[in-house]
Amino acid sequence: MSPETETAGAKGAPPPVIPVTPVTSVTALDERQLRRRERKFHNRDKWWGYALIAPAGLGLAVFYLWPVLQTLYYSFTEWGPFGGTTWIGIENYRTLVSDPEVWQSLGNTLFYTVLVLLGIPVAMVLAVLLNLKGMRGTGFYRTLYFLPVVTMPAAVAVVWRWLYNGDIGIINEALAKIGIDGAYWVSDPSTVRFAVAAVGVWMTVGYNMILLLAGLQGIPQDYYEAASLDGAGRVRQFFSVTLPLLSPTLFFTTVLSVIQSLQVFDLIYMILGANTAVGPTNPAYSEGQTVVMLFFQKSFYDNQRAYGAAIVCVLFVLIMALTALQFRLQKRWVHYG
Amino acid sequence: MAETTTAQPTRPAGGHPAPGGPASERPAAEPPAAKRRVRRASRQGRLWPAHVLLSLGAVVTVFPLLWQVLTSFKSFGESTRVPPTIWPEHWQWSNFSTVFDSIPFGDQFVNTVLMTLIRTVAQLLLCSMAAYAFARIRFPGRGAIFLGFLAVLMVPSQLFLLPQYQIMQDLGWLNSLQALSVPGMFSAFGTFLLRQFFLGLPGELEEAARLDGANPFTVYWRIALPLARPGLLALGILTFLWSWNDLMWPLVVNTDPAQMPLSAGLASLQGSHMTDYPVLMAGSLLATLPVIVVFVAMQRHFIQGIAFSGMKG
Repeated sequence: MSPETETAGAKGAPPPVIPVTPVTSVTALDERQLRRRERKFHNRDKWWGYALIAPAGLGLAVFYLWPVLQTLYYSFTEWGPFGGTTWIGIENYRTLVSDPEVWQSLGNTLFYTVLVLLGIPVAMVLAVLLNLKGMRGTGFYRTLYFLPVVTMPAAVAVVWRWLYNGDIGIINEALAKIGIDGAYWVSDPSTVRFAVAAVGVWMTVGYNMILLLAGLQGIPQDYYEAASLDGAGRVRQFFSVTLPLLSPTLFFTTVLSVIQSLQVFDLIYMILGANTAVGPTNPAYSEGQTVVMLFFQKSFYDNQRAYGAAIVCVLFVLIMALTALQFRLQKRWVHYG
Repeated sequence: MAETTTAQPTRPAGGHPAPGGPASERPAAEPPAAKRRVRRASRQGRLWPAHVLLSLGAVVTVFPLLWQVLTSFKSFGESTRVPPTIWPEHWQWSNFSTVFDSIPFGDQFVNTVLMTLIRTVAQLLLCSMAAYAFARIRFPGRGAIFLGFLAVLMVPSQLFLLPQYQIMQDLGWLNSLQALSVPGMFSAFGTFLLRQFFLGLPGELEEAARLDGANPFTVYWRIALPLARPGLLALGILTFLWSWNDLMWPLVVNTDPAQMPLSAGLASLQGSHMTDYPVLMAGSLLATLPVIVVFVAMQRHFIQGIAFSGMKG
């Protein structure tokens, strides 16, 4: 039977388990009657449907759908000094490929993305600890770990710039206590990317932890009981029960993390400080600058909007490609029940 | 190996909980109370390494925010002292008034609140209307329109930015509350989220109301919307958070300090007080405090809502 998603599917029963038995034939009859009545309403209903969708639909069309197409179009044009565009084909993309600033920012962004992914194992350890049987104070820990997630990234950046300060920052003060001479973390080209990524991890651990904790709590206790009856120890249980059953959540977390990291802006923009007309004040600016920052700079400060459009189009393709790649690779490690 | 023999029988097909089937949990044998107490005590004893690790992580997590609060009360001189003081010698409240003198903080606070409020209320209303229609009403072209919504959902937000700015400029809306709020009133994500929520609700009540002659809008407003409260709460929290913290869009459209929200104001504060950290800490504290208060007050909803939907971005 073809599942009618509107009525049958909505009741919460997954389609494969609707058996063809005498019991369901009664409800099928009811449904047929219902559907006949529905058809009576149908014609009037459809106007209600359009009316309810219109406000959101028009807004999205004007402010989102059409702009995507426009941005795509802009990326093939040149922006006149007084506005107006001229079609120049793939010229922007050609410039972009040989623009070292673009490559640098792409590299920085990917570096950040990979390092932030390293926060997922950390989040996983925390989630496993919080999920231990008989654990007390989980609510308290959860609240604390979640604080950086809700805090404004711009404000977080201001705070971390202070912690990272090379002369009087608390991090270097602490390092000095154990005899280490700390760097000028966010203005030294060799450290800036690590410093920024550490903040990225700090900001996302709580979020990933919550997602993973939800995944862990979804694993039926029976499986662990069964495994321990079979003599599997704690470690073995983790690898043969927890990890496979958590892999869909891990996958989801990874995909989200990559998508968000590739678009990082607020945090790094604020940590690096402004790029003024006479150039950036931060000597490590170009080693920290992300793709979205470059887009922002080109589009709204350097008045090269079409070039900026080409940059975000490349970012879009990159995000799609990396997401598609992850979906392809998931067959190797993600275990769906 | 042996796993198959023990794990299989209790495991319903496809990993789904057996719908309507016999309860899969077996009642656990109750151990005698004394034994249970002993076990609980020993369990707590074994948990201390976990507590140590979790506390360590919590300290690392909270320390930056704590240091922010402490610094915001120090004098500039004290903040630069080389073995640093932990507690402020004199609690210097004037850092906060310096923030008010440096940026139009009051205006920016009001801008942020209004922007957040407008975006959130509008999204809850518009998204739920569209979501309800997608979930419950049949009309020609529904699938195609929904695909359009999904397409928007997949595109990173920077791709909208240039043309949106163009529209604001053409409308003469730059440096206004409309510019801050209007594009954020619409959300493909919110529509998608609430549609999923409506699809998960039982439809009997709605059908009954329809048969009693209520029109689809009445059914949506009177029956479906109240039932969808958890979904609305999740979307509301996400929109609140995202609007309050949003930086790039305000930086683009509202360059007049009096029209900025706090996030952009913080950027300009940092520009003018590059090294006056106590003032910067005071400013950033003021900008984040409202969100933190709301978060602590409704943390359960926050965490559930965010875990439920995956943050937008």
